[in-house]
Amino acid sequence: MTEEISSVVEVDDQEYIINFGPQHPSTHGVLRFVVNLRGEVVKNLQPHIGYIHRGIEKMCEKLTYQQIIHLTDRMDYLSAHMNNEAVCLCVEKALDIEVPERVKYVRTILDELNRIASHQLWWCSFGMDMGGQTCYFYGLRDREKILDIFEETCGGRLLLSYNTPGGLMWDIHPNFQQRIKDFIKYFRKKLPEYDKILTGNVILQERTKGIGHLSLEDAISYGVTGPTARASGFSCDVRKNYPYSAYDKVDFKEILYTEGDTFHRYLARMEEMRESMKILEQLVDNIPAGDFTAKMKPVVKLPEGEYFQRVETSRGELGVYIISKGDKFPYRIKFRSPNFCNLATMNLMASGFKIADLIAISGSMDLVIPDIDR
Amino acid sequence: MSFSFDIYDFTSFTKWIDVSLTSYCTPFWAMIWEMLIIGVAILIFYAVVGLFLVYAERKVCAFIQNRVGPNRVGPYGFIQTVADLVKLLFKELVTIKKADKFLFNLAPFIVIIVNFMVIAAIPFAKGLHAVNFNIGIFYMMAVSSMGVIGILLAGWSSNNKFSLIGAMRSGAQIVSYELSVGLSMITMVILAGTMQLTNTYDPVTNQVLVHGIVDLQKDGWFIFTGHLPAIIAFVIFLIAGTAETNRGPFDFAEAESELTAGFHTEYSGIKFALFYLSEFMNMFIVASIAATIFWGGWMPFHLGHIFGDWVSGFNNVMDYIPPFVWYIGKTFVIIWIIMLFKWTFPRLRIDQLLTLEWKYLLPINLINIILMALVVLMGWHF
Amino acid sequence: MKSIIEYISGIYRGLRSLLIGMSVTGKYFFSPRAIVTQQYPENRHGHGKRSKKQLVMFDRFKGEVVMPHDANNQHKCTGCGICEINCPNGTIEIISVSKVGEDGKKKRAIEKHIYRLGMCSFCALCVKTCPSKALEFSQEFEHAVFDRTKLVKVLNKPGSSLMKGVE
Repeated sequence: MTEEISSVVEVDDQEYIINFGPQHPSTHGVLRFVVNLRGEVVKNLQPHIGYIHRGIEKMCEKLTYQQIIHLTDRMDYLSAHMNNEAVCLCVEKALDIEVPERVKYVRTILDELNRIASHQLWWCSFGMDMGGQTCYFYGLRDREKILDIFEETCGGRLLLSYNTPGGLMWDIHPNFQQRIKDFIKYFRKKLPEYDKILTGNVILQERTKGIGHLSLEDAISYGVTGPTARASGFSCDVRKNYPYSAYDKVDFKEILYTEGDTFHRYLARMEEMRESMKILEQLVDNIPAGDFTAKMKPVVKLPEGEYFQRVETSRGELGVYIISKGDKFPYRIKFRSPNFCNLATMNLMASGFKIADLIAISGSMDLVIPDIDR
Repeated sequence: MSFSFDIYDFTSFTKWIDVSLTSYCTPFWAMIWEMLIIGVAILIFYAVVGLFLVYAERKVCAFIQNRVGPNRVGPYGFIQTVADLVKLLFKELVTIKKADKFLFNLAPFIVIIVNFMVIAAIPFAKGLHAVNFNIGIFYMMAVSSMGVIGILLAGWSSNNKFSLIGAMRSGAQIVSYELSVGLSMITMVILAGTMQLTNTYDPVTNQVLVHGIVDLQKDGWFIFTGHLPAIIAFVIFLIAGTAETNRGPFDFAEAESELTAGFHTEYSGIKFALFYLSEFMNMFIVASIAATIFWGGWMPFHLGHIFGDWVSGFNNVMDYIPPFVWYIGKTFVIIWIIMLFKWTFPRLRIDQLLTLEWKYLLPINLINIILMALVVLMGWHF
Repeated sequence: MKSIIEYISGIYRGLRSLLIGMSVTGKYFFSPRAIVTQQYPENRHGHGKRSKKQLVMFDRFKGEVVMPHDANNQHKCTGCGICEINCPNGTIEIISVSKVGEDGKKKRAIEKHIYRLGMCSFCALCVKTCPSKALEFSQEFEHAVFDRTKLVKVLNKPGSSLMKGVE
């Protein structure tokens, strides 16, 4: 193993190579960093990916458009609903279908719920990366409330598969709106606790401020998206710039910072949770009556051509690119996953910092490994 | 000498053991027997307290994290740690290729032995005291810092880079924090005027030969009588003590999220259990030192006579609680605070750890010593 | 002088933030009502010391695919095979036979509706697309078995027949 690495990475005699992962508590999955260290200082870092490659894009070529949905759940499993929606929106765009208003509203609500749930899990695992293990349980405790909403309406807790080209699988549950209102009331009380225990903490601030700086130029040229890029000042929110579903009807703020360090990536996500709750409050009472799905043929065939649709998942911009030959299967489908591009900046950000900073930086990136490998 | 057992004063009980042993055998053999008895007693105490602390930590962190913690094995999960220990005993002891086998096996024992040596000097109750050095505090400081050798050996001999980083961090950490621990103890030594932990009495006249720190707190614990400088010293001692025990937020040597398990990554089975146990016993030792020099050890809560004459009644009521209970109670309150630290704060970074010590704790400590000297000199203490 | 003030105010702010954090964890330590743990095997039945509240799964929870039968051991599955086509994983396999009905016409009927739970990804396409609403999700979630072959289930009960009025 060592010979194999040394042939790829240049090591001077003061440095040594250490493998972070694929089995490591802080890589959140099977990601492997080959890190050149000099004492505790990271000199060079190479991410090795592919440990959880399942060939989702290839598998999709043998599946109908309805069947693809359940595979997209398994890419970025923490924003499963956004992934589903991306494919559905792309197919709807290709077929030129206008989905009912109700569907748009419900999709947006579920998007934002999913975003909060994802950021909660990010918050708690970030806390754990930083060594504060209690955060993990507080985050999961509150996330459970959202998962209950999902379970009641969609039938799944993590992998929802609730979207289908043209609409939703079934109508929302009668308790749906009430549960969301209860959740917002509950979570508005709990979010200040998050700030008390982690954001305001002097140790966390010392450890994250000025660490892992990502400049605006680098963010743009590496194709970084999501809260990671917005912390560097790159206005890239698809919800704002290219509104889809009901995002053009709601009023929300795009969280932008210019510092681009770990602490502001942290803050960007914390503020996004607040914005998401605002969006939820605007939508939850106004779900219009109507059908939960547009009229669709049982067999969906896309006209020949190339189609692209992007959505904002909780980690950044997810693009779905479909080439159709007029068949009921896609000829080729490509997912532009946010984590893959975000991961590329790891070396840029972590070089020159310490091991502990490497963990903090990779924690603040909110990487989901199955999304990188697909 | 007839048998006597008094829960408020163990002096006559220990004396009875001594006298009855010397009546059976020569003084040399009596001493050997006494050492054996103390050794076994400390061993049992070590195991029981260690297991209980593991259980307590799991329960405390569970309650903090809105969980219930272990509750399946035994009532309230009380036997859980025993079951864990049995499991660890049966586990395979993995040996690593190219590891330095001798040092690898030696390391956990060094850590444990250091713990034992410190426990020997702790006064648990009146008269319940293995050794009463005239330099008790100095001895504790000197011995407890030797634990790092075990950690360094473990990290070095494991032939694992993660372990080595953990061990090196631990070395840097303990060398610097030893200073703060020592200086904050010295602050209290200035107030007490002695390094001895309990009184020594003249065997004939039963008069106090040397005052001990615990007995000096009869009219009020040092944290009250020493007021401001004592409180500052206590806070510094808690922070530095937590750092010395390698516990969160200073758990660099382990650093679960960074170094997987740090210096004990390669240890398994009972060898790992020894490291684990020693971490908890280190915490217990730090807590009991803090309880002894700041909160009066086994000394009940007494009010000084400046409050008036009614305090003697209050003090008598407090005396009804046995000293051992006072000691254990104080120790566990401090342990709870240390646990709360661990389960609240994120971990520091290694350079911040050193910044905290050299830029904050040490200067404050030095100023505090001057302040304490001034207080003692001018008689501003109670 | 300014740096000294900064030094001291830094210490004050740091200690204050730490104490605020400890107040949150300390508060939870002393509030046992905040415990959210559910005692799993006990709450299946909802009585006993550990768990008084019973675990109730939501109606829509996708536990496993079942085929409901009525009192006369009749189901609604016509054996059309749409679920088999729609399944992305090949989880469902229908073995059908031709039967001569009462009116003398030849009719397709299922002999075995095989459902491989181990392959199912719970996308709910079979349940949604079934034209006669013959399939349903049950709320059963304890699927662990010691033998893999037990995960291959035959959904129609032995001796069952098609419900009247379902084409």
